[in-house]
Amino acid sequence: MVKEVSPLEIERNVGNFAYPETHTHDAGIGLTEKTIHYISDIKEDPDWVREFRLNAYKTFLSKPMPTHWASKDLEAIVFDNIRYYLSAGTQPKRNWEDVPDDVKRTFERLGIPEQERKFLAGVEAQFDSEAVYSNIKKAVGEQGVIFVGSAEGLKNHPEIFRKWFGKVIPTGDNKFSALNSAVFSGGSFIYVPPGVKVKHPLQAYFRINAENFGQFERTLIICDEGSELTYMEGCTAPKFNTATLHSAVVELVALKGAKLQYITVQNWSANVFNLVTKRGIAHEDAEVKWIDCNIGSRLTMKYPGVIMKGRRARGEVLSIALAGDGQHQDTGAKMVHAADETTSNIISKSISIGKGRATYRGLVHIPKHLKNCKNNTECDALLINSTSRTDTYPAITVRGTGNSVQHEASVSQVSAEQIFYMQQRGLTEAQAMSLSVNGFVNDLVRQFPMEYSVELKRLIELEMEGSVG
Amino acid sequence: MNRLSISNLRVSIAEQEIIRGLSLAVPKGEVHAIMGPNGSGKSTLAKVLAGHPDYKVTMGEVLMDGEDILGLAPDERARKGLFLAFQYPSEIPGVTIANFLRAAVQARLPEGEELEATDYYARLYEKMDLLEMDRSFTSRSVNEGFSGGEKKRNEILQLAMLEPKYAVLDETDSGLDIDALKVVANGVNSMRGPNRGILVITHYQRLLDYIVPDHVHVMVQGRIVRSGGKELALELEEKGYEGYDEVKDEVSEPAMA
Repeated sequence: MVKEVSPLEIERNVGNFAYPETHTHDAGIGLTEKTIHYISDIKEDPDWVREFRLNAYKTFLSKPMPTHWASKDLEAIVFDNIRYYLSAGTQPKRNWEDVPDDVKRTFERLGIPEQERKFLAGVEAQFDSEAVYSNIKKAVGEQGVIFVGSAEGLKNHPEIFRKWFGKVIPTGDNKFSALNSAVFSGGSFIYVPPGVKVKHPLQAYFRINAENFGQFERTLIICDEGSELTYMEGCTAPKFNTATLHSAVVELVALKGAKLQYITVQNWSANVFNLVTKRGIAHEDAEVKWIDCNIGSRLTMKYPGVIMKGRRARGEVLSIALAGDGQHQDTGAKMVHAADETTSNIISKSISIGKGRATYRGLVHIPKHLKNCKNNTECDALLINSTSRTDTYPAITVRGTGNSVQHEASVSQVSAEQIFYMQQRGLTEAQAMSLSVNGFVNDLVRQFPMEYSVELKRLIELEMEGSVG
Repeated sequence: MNRLSISNLRVSIAEQEIIRGLSLAVPKGEVHAIMGPNGSGKSTLAKVLAGHPDYKVTMGEVLMDGEDILGLAPDERARKGLFLAFQYPSEIPGVTIANFLRAAVQARLPEGEELEATDYYARLYEKMDLLEMDRSFTSRSVNEGFSGGEKKRNEILQLAMLEPKYAVLDETDSGLDIDALKVVANGVNSMRGPNRGILVITHYQRLLDYIVPDHVHVMVQGRIVRSGGKELALELEEKGYEGYDEVKDEVSEPAMA
């Protein structure tokens, strides 16, 4: 058997612990302009950022909750009850020894320092609002790769940061991108110089420790011409009784000929609202690929997108969503073709268990004036129980005559006969279920980096064990 | 003790009684055949032995080496050594035969013990050669897109890999041409031995030319109405099941093997 150490700790119960809070900076409960000034003061924001935040706050207030098309469950978020900024200081450490003991213990329990030693090119670890640790391997740093927290990026590399920040995802894209733009803190800033191919992945780990808290990290990655990067993010939080909000904005830029792969394994606890905006721009001959696994959270709304801006640019989203009892995974992809000969591929697989609900929303846009654009969309749903639910909302706009689009969708169910057959071979009901589910996602998981596929299989087994009996 | 013993078994599905007081014992080292017309309850018996949840046992007991298995989940029965070759095996999309069988073999190991991959594949290939199966089979999804014959071969491959104490073969001959039938029968015959009891369920005598049983039982309307040696199968082939249809409640003492 493959005994690979997981790059991300995604076992539910492993993440379910919390240490007492030791924050020295706390913006208090609720959101007003004062909250924003507090955050800007602590972070010593330049004026343009403070301005950006305040404008975003206005946009946030002016936008309605998207309950008219999305889940009514969003109404359970009470913005006045949330704490928007919590930290014990703003400077991430370069050495685990300098990280405060309780925080260090948290990440040790999650296995992060060990994985860093084994196979990562760099790690950033965020605890509530700020990165507590950020380090890149010396050899990678010497190639000119920048991997720092967003605050540091904006302070030390303003010429790159400001050029791209907020350009891929405008503040007003949606209510939650506006919220993030108002109160953002933490997240990664990465720049890969032209032609540099980063061999090992860079990883960020987002940890929520505090109750009633909102985490709003902001990530900006720029791959310069001909460069290559794989970035992975993982996340966990303890199980609290109150709702926690995670609302990130992630912007990717792949310049001419660059290849950027962004992998997420989201395993938030079941009280987290996970409302994230992710989008990338692919220039000529560039490729942006999102691998998006949503396992945890109460409600996730996330539709990673790629704008194919240059000729022959490629966009891809591979998405797996596992909606357990009481969970709603509202996920999908957006592919905006904006140049000739651009190609996009969406493969989405969802599994609904118990009363879990999986929703696929896909947007594919190919305007009339373009030629030789291609999109392929496959979306498959697997229902485990008769109470499980799945919905599919594909929106495909393809104009013009020289473009092609292909859409396939399927819904299947694990049958009682199939489970009985496997049980007759000696597998428990839970093992049989998890094997069925793994079979369902198998062709997709095979495209993931190996450490991920092993971990994902293990996670599915754990989920299925809890779903039968 | 060393037998699969069914006594006075009564089974219903949706309030309808299908098996109506059936008794039968298959000792280790023997091959028994159950023959009977369509609708006699043969396949129901196979599923009930394996623990299919749709059927309700209203009376009787099934002992495997002296242990009552009716209270056990299907997978527990399987791990204790009961195997059913299905008449209609299920498809499991995305799960390869190699991985499926490996999980099944692994499930029989004590906790904490890890299956040795090289040994496993050596054994798998050996059994596949016996069943004249191409190596590429291992990477195909279980039963997905298989022909009838491939499905049956796959059932016997699993039988050979899992080495159960008792094997029930439900209509294993259906859908097989004569060449495939010989190969499958050869596989089953290689599994015969003093430590294994085999129960072959079939509508036709044809299979029994190749898997020669020690005992033959005739099942009609949920009971064993007659038992005999292998020559009974030939008699049924010649005369058919006519005459057995009339057998009603006067059969109170089912034959024991």
